[in-house]
Amino acid sequence: MSEQSHILVVDDEKVVLDAVQTITRAEGFDVTASMDASHALSLLEEHRYSAIVCDILMPQMDGFDFLRELGQRWIQTPVVMTTGYSTMENAVKSLYFGAIDFVSKPFTADEMLSAIRRAVRYGALIRTAGATGGLPAFIPCPSRYRRLGYASWLNQESDGIAKIGVTDLMIRTVEPIEGVELSEAGLEVIQGSACAHLKTGDDLRHGVLSPISGQIVEVNPVFDTDFSILLKDPYFESWFYRVIPSELEYEMCYLTACSSDRL
Amino acid sequence: MAVKLRNKLGIRLILMVGVTTVVSIGALSYLTVQFLRKSLEAEVERHANQLSETVKYGTRYDMLLNQPDRIHELINNMASQPSISRIRVLNKSGEVMYSSKEGDVGQMVDKAAEACYACHAANQPLERLSIEERTRIFKPDKGDSRILGIINPIYNERTCYEASCHEHVQAQTVLGVLDVTMSLQEVDFEIQKMELNITIFAVVAIVLISVVIGWFVRRWVDRPVSNLLNATQEVASGNLSFTIPIEQRDELGQLARSFNNMTSKLAEARMQLFQSDKMASLGRLAAGVAHEINNPLTGVLTYSSYLLKRCSHQPEMQNDLKVIVRETLRSREIVKSLLDFARQSVPKRNPADIHDIINRSLAVVENQLNVNHVQVVKNFNGALPPVHVDSNQMQQVMINLIVNACDAMAAKSGTITISTDLKSLSPQGMMVVKKAECPKRHSLLDNEVRFGGRSSIKLKIRGRGESGFLYLDALYGSHECRSTLHDPLEKPDDVACPQCGTSLIDRAARCPECGSNVFSVTIPGRGLFQVCAKPGCHWQKWDAAEEEGVREYAEIRVSDTGSGIPKDQVDHIFEPFFTTKGQKGTGLGLAVIWGIVDNHSGKISVETNPGKGTTFSIQLPVGKN
Repeated sequence: MSEQSHILVVDDEKVVLDAVQTITRAEGFDVTASMDASHALSLLEEHRYSAIVCDILMPQMDGFDFLRELGQRWIQTPVVMTTGYSTMENAVKSLYFGAIDFVSKPFTADEMLSAIRRAVRYGALIRTAGATGGLPAFIPCPSRYRRLGYASWLNQESDGIAKIGVTDLMIRTVEPIEGVELSEAGLEVIQGSACAHLKTGDDLRHGVLSPISGQIVEVNPVFDTDFSILLKDPYFESWFYRVIPSELEYEMCYLTACSSDRL
Repeated sequence: MAVKLRNKLGIRLILMVGVTTVVSIGALSYLTVQFLRKSLEAEVERHANQLSETVKYGTRYDMLLNQPDRIHELINNMASQPSISRIRVLNKSGEVMYSSKEGDVGQMVDKAAEACYACHAANQPLERLSIEERTRIFKPDKGDSRILGIINPIYNERTCYEASCHEHVQAQTVLGVLDVTMSLQEVDFEIQKMELNITIFAVVAIVLISVVIGWFVRRWVDRPVSNLLNATQEVASGNLSFTIPIEQRDELGQLARSFNNMTSKLAEARMQLFQSDKMASLGRLAAGVAHEINNPLTGVLTYSSYLLKRCSHQPEMQNDLKVIVRETLRSREIVKSLLDFARQSVPKRNPADIHDIINRSLAVVENQLNVNHVQVVKNFNGALPPVHVDSNQMQQVMINLIVNACDAMAAKSGTITISTDLKSLSPQGMMVVKKAECPKRHSLLDNEVRFGGRSSIKLKIRGRGESGFLYLDALYGSHECRSTLHDPLEKPDDVACPQCGTSLIDRAARCPECGSNVFSVTIPGRGLFQVCAKPGCHWQKWDAAEEEGVREYAEIRVSDTGSGIPKDQVDHIFEPFFTTKGQKGTGLGLAVIWGIVDNHSGKISVETNPGKGTTFSIQLPVGKN
């Protein structure tokens, strides 16, 4: 992990700021804490940060306004959103407005650290790709697909069933992957909550947030034998589930069309 | 908002009918009287004319022979009939030659008066007149009866001017006039009698019609309308349980029936609104609590998990820290389940030993059981395999059921029996339709009408010119249904989607049991669910469920020896906010339990015997899914 990584933590609760500072410092990150979003914005004008951890419910400027401000100022620092009011809607909205991850409170040290590490790596990937807008990806997301933030994708099939999977970028922020944990057919997935986990070498489990809600009708059996295919072909062969969407129309508005990535 | 008497619908109707009756019967009576009067007068006129002709021809010969005595005799004899008042013969200059009254002879008649006027009006006398022109009706004095007079001109003939008396010259056309007058007393009396009869008839008819119409209007219009009016005022003032007594089968009766139907629907909707309002406030409360608790919990969890990572070399401390992390994670789940309550979240399933869960739950409520002197009898089947459940949620279910059982026995100490068993059950009676659609992909599931807590499949039915909704229990093999039509249809003409009206009748299929139509709904991803359309026929078929065949279920039964649940409440116990514990309960316990069991693809049911006890049984599928 890069020794120079500098994290900005924004939360109106002192205990949360302290806790995040403690665990990130222990992992060798530099940390700056801020108790409100407008102060954080002024800090961002002077310094460069590798990643931002931001609360949603704050008194003056809330987390969504903060994300919008970042977008308007063309600040591409990856943001991990967090909130005590952890509804799926908050998670999905965070990703839609440009956050790269959502961690609900209370979190364990590992949960927060894995999110921060992904954010830092995501920032590094953006810089290497040199992209200025849209979604930088080594394997592009097919244009008819839709994605939830940078985490997962959805492809509607003609029979009303949708295939869901994980994006190339998500895989690259966590690799090397040592295993894929999938759910079972018949169970439900919910938009914005983890529908699968990617296991990595550092004993961390990275949740893949589902792009839609619905019932799983089929689980891709390919990962039983070989999950390296995930890296080679994340958008076709290595889908996770075939799902009957339950509230597709309502949930579609929080998904970004992959065609918009080709600017 | 009382209606003025003259504005009342009934009064207006009676008035309208009354006026119409008076006018029509009055006109009819008047015309009848006029017609009868004319015909009677015409009859008398004809009679008088005939009489005057008879007199004219009877006296003709005597006139020729110029025998005035014989003429007098004849006229007097004729006039002696009671209806004839007078017979006169006048000569051309108006002098009375013969008369049945002695004093008249020799008198001159004023040509401008009486009957002469008809011919002599224009000074130049006319010679021929029609019978109407010859007739006159007059009253000699006030109080006398009417008299009809008819004149009959006596024309000059060859025999007259050639007669031996040489009285008349050939140049004259009219020699004189025979004037007959008849009394109309009898006729007038008849007419009066008739007028009276008809008037009496008209009055009686008008009164009778008015009374009959009035009675029926009161019975069929006034009363139901005022009932309806009263009911709308009751409903407007908030009394939604008010119902109109239905006495008729006509349109007003139907109106009353639909009104009752409407108010009951309104009451239901209000209840639901009330409940969802309660639900919303609970949601807000939960959200607030969750947010407030989650921040301090973040501190605890982050620090403890961080410490746990750091002290891997100190096993003793590590164990203690593990407890903190584990319990904080459990608190997190509890807060999350509070938030997820409204959303009925997806269980996190892992293979778990049901007996472990029961024992842990019993440990939690041990104190309460001891205080209430409740005995617990465990009747476990040792061969029960691990079941895929969310242990936390299932523990919540067990704790709730045990506490409920304990509360049911509050007055006396009793026994709770918890037994487990492994059962093989067929899909009928176990599989629940969780999603149902019409061919145009409109959802058919309805959460307002529920059967044992389950949603229902809502369908539109048509038949006998009526249409309504049919709610079908979503449990496969259950035959429960509820219809909004008052009389169940023998055989619905159509079963359709309530949203788009697309028919769901499967034209190609027939019920193998009764041969009736079959309708089918689409279960996304799980084929068709077919149901016989005939009420009373219990045939259903769901191929996808049948394919799975007989499955194994873990059954948990929790029985108490408490007070039981009254019959009228059993149907409601799984509804949110329904409670029998008054202020002590939230009414959420069983609703939450129901939701958890349902999310585990399981089934919960209740058997109760008031006064003896209650048994809740839960069946959970063994194995995956």
